[in-house]
Amino acid sequence: MTQPLAKALHLRKTFGQTLAVDDLSLEVAAGEIYGLVGADGAGKTTTIRLLVGALRPDSGQIEICGYDLKRQVEQARAHIGYLSQRFSLYEDLTVLENIRFFAEVRGLSAEEWRPRSLEILEFVGLEQFTERRAGQLSGGMKQKLGLAIALVTRPRLLLLDEPTTGVDPATRQDFWQLIIRLVSDPPKGAGEGVAVIISTPYMDEAARCHRLGFMRSGRFLMEGTPGELRSALKERILELRGEPLTILRQAAEEDVDVEEAHAFGDRLHLRVRPGAAPAVIARLPDHIRARGGRVDDLRLIPPGLEDVFIALSKSED
Amino acid sequence: MNPRLKAIIRKEFIQILRDPRTLILILIIPIMQLVLLGYAATNDVRNIPLAVWDQARNADSRALLDAYRAADYFRLSYDVGSEAELRRLIESGKARVGLIIPADYSVRLQEGKAQVAFVLDGSDPTVASTALSASRLIGQAYATKIMEGRLARLGNTISIQPPVEVRTQVWYNPDMVSAYYMIPGVIGMILYAITSILTATTIVRERERGTIEQLIVTPIRPWELVVGKLLPYAVLGFLNTLEVLALGNLWFGMPVRGDLGLILGVSALLVLSGLGVGLFGSTIANTQQEAMLTVWMTLLPAIFLSGFFFPIESMPQVLQWVSRLIPLRYYLVILRALLLKGVGLEAFQMEVFALAAFGVLIMGAAALRFRKRLD
Repeated sequence: MTQPLAKALHLRKTFGQTLAVDDLSLEVAAGEIYGLVGADGAGKTTTIRLLVGALRPDSGQIEICGYDLKRQVEQARAHIGYLSQRFSLYEDLTVLENIRFFAEVRGLSAEEWRPRSLEILEFVGLEQFTERRAGQLSGGMKQKLGLAIALVTRPRLLLLDEPTTGVDPATRQDFWQLIIRLVSDPPKGAGEGVAVIISTPYMDEAARCHRLGFMRSGRFLMEGTPGELRSALKERILELRGEPLTILRQAAEEDVDVEEAHAFGDRLHLRVRPGAAPAVIARLPDHIRARGGRVDDLRLIPPGLEDVFIALSKSED
Repeated sequence: MNPRLKAIIRKEFIQILRDPRTLILILIIPIMQLVLLGYAATNDVRNIPLAVWDQARNADSRALLDAYRAADYFRLSYDVGSEAELRRLIESGKARVGLIIPADYSVRLQEGKAQVAFVLDGSDPTVASTALSASRLIGQAYATKIMEGRLARLGNTISIQPPVEVRTQVWYNPDMVSAYYMIPGVIGMILYAITSILTATTIVRERERGTIEQLIVTPIRPWELVVGKLLPYAVLGFLNTLEVLALGNLWFGMPVRGDLGLILGVSALLVLSGLGVGLFGSTIANTQQEAMLTVWMTLLPAIFLSGFFFPIESMPQVLQWVSRLIPLRYYLVILRALLLKGVGLEAFQMEVFALAAFGVLIMGAAALRFRKRLD
């Protein structure tokens, strides 16, 4: 692995009595999309704000592109692009004026900002709207402008705090394509590659990350690639289809080898004890029929990240 | 110039210009204030409606009424026939004062013991006190005239002179035009109100909209943000000052005897205070409304205790002490003197020092709080 673009060691941050981030460490390398995944209040936003230096940790160390965030904050920030959760633009300024403002305050000279801005607006697909007021952009376009603003200084590390929360599915799709393109085929001048740290509550987005950390109560419950995380539950997730769902669920929860049953639309996911899958498949259908239910299908499936997240959340209770 | 500062100032000016409604309000409010205060809020009492119950109705009583008519303090609006009628007019506010001339006025006048009654409505003390002194003056002058006439008929040609005469001379504002007193007040109030309110709301707006978080992670330093955001509003404040000054001079004929550079220099000190108060308010408030109300709360005492409307000397001692904490007070003393008396600053070293000290202190405290709030 090349030198990490972001490195955090034993971060800890409290707000009064609340422990928001608790002994958290992570490393993100160029070319990686790193996902911070967790429910609201898990500490994702606080972690990101610590990493950009908007908050100071109570203890722990952060290095961005080799610069200590505490002692060399300006150099470190020069390599950071940040899109905050409540990011909002100056709605009374045009697209170009917005991007110019943030480019200039971040040190781009009068000759540099215009070509850079146009280049990055083209990258996000807003090149036709340079003179439009930001207040008149659609939600998705605002989000893209936010991304353009974060990218205009050609940062090597991009931090995005729930960028797609409240954004429609088509725009989410577009937005992710941009992020994937950013790391796989960076725009000119990004040097040896870009890293992205993104926080999200959505499992489908988590699945797109190269690596991710499941957060709860300010800590990582588990960290790894989506495959590694899923393999923890290999051979332990059963999919059950049939009717009615209430009887299926009751019958499943009565089985000693079923740890948990969760509804996924018109079917149930059952998590079973390690090695117990064949036994459950063999006996559960009879039990359901005895209680008056109908079984259409019961089989082993590869676990999804959602299954992993549910399992991790329960195991800590 | 520092490129970050330049970018902030440019952004702020674009935002001001993009909001024409607010901009127009900022430019029109001072004119409205000036016109309103210059005309309506005048302390000059003229044309007080007077009701007369003349029971004598002869040449002597008419001569007395003529004396009242000659001075423009009173307007002889009502001629009544009874005390009840007079009372009704005063109760309804149609007449503010009443003059009752008894039926035996001429007879008593011959005896040299004539009395007339002057009734005042005391519910508006300003009007009442002016009416009272005006009426006394007119009565005395009239009595003196009669006396002279009588002495002349007796063959005495020397006009009578009281042994001591107080000759009044009003300096600087000889016609005692209220507007001259009001205009500096309007300038001070507008300058202070605009800078403090706009500063507080513009900074809180960044927090409300969430843009400030984006600014924190840029290399912008807190002082650059403060200066960059405040400077455009200081410029607006100065525009207002010149606006009111010009209007006061051209329309109300307000003299500008002092040096314009000095006037603007002293105004800069008040602007510093206004910006400081606004910045301080912005560190307390979370929403624009809160910011507005917080600043408004400091604005009311500032206006009423500054000597804008009411002379500080006639306030209770405690309020006089409080007024020492109000920068507008010092500004008004200096500005009134600069405009009307055309003196230099030597006479106002204490006031200038107080004004500057207040500005530096509040701005320093606000900047510290602002910094802390960012962390």
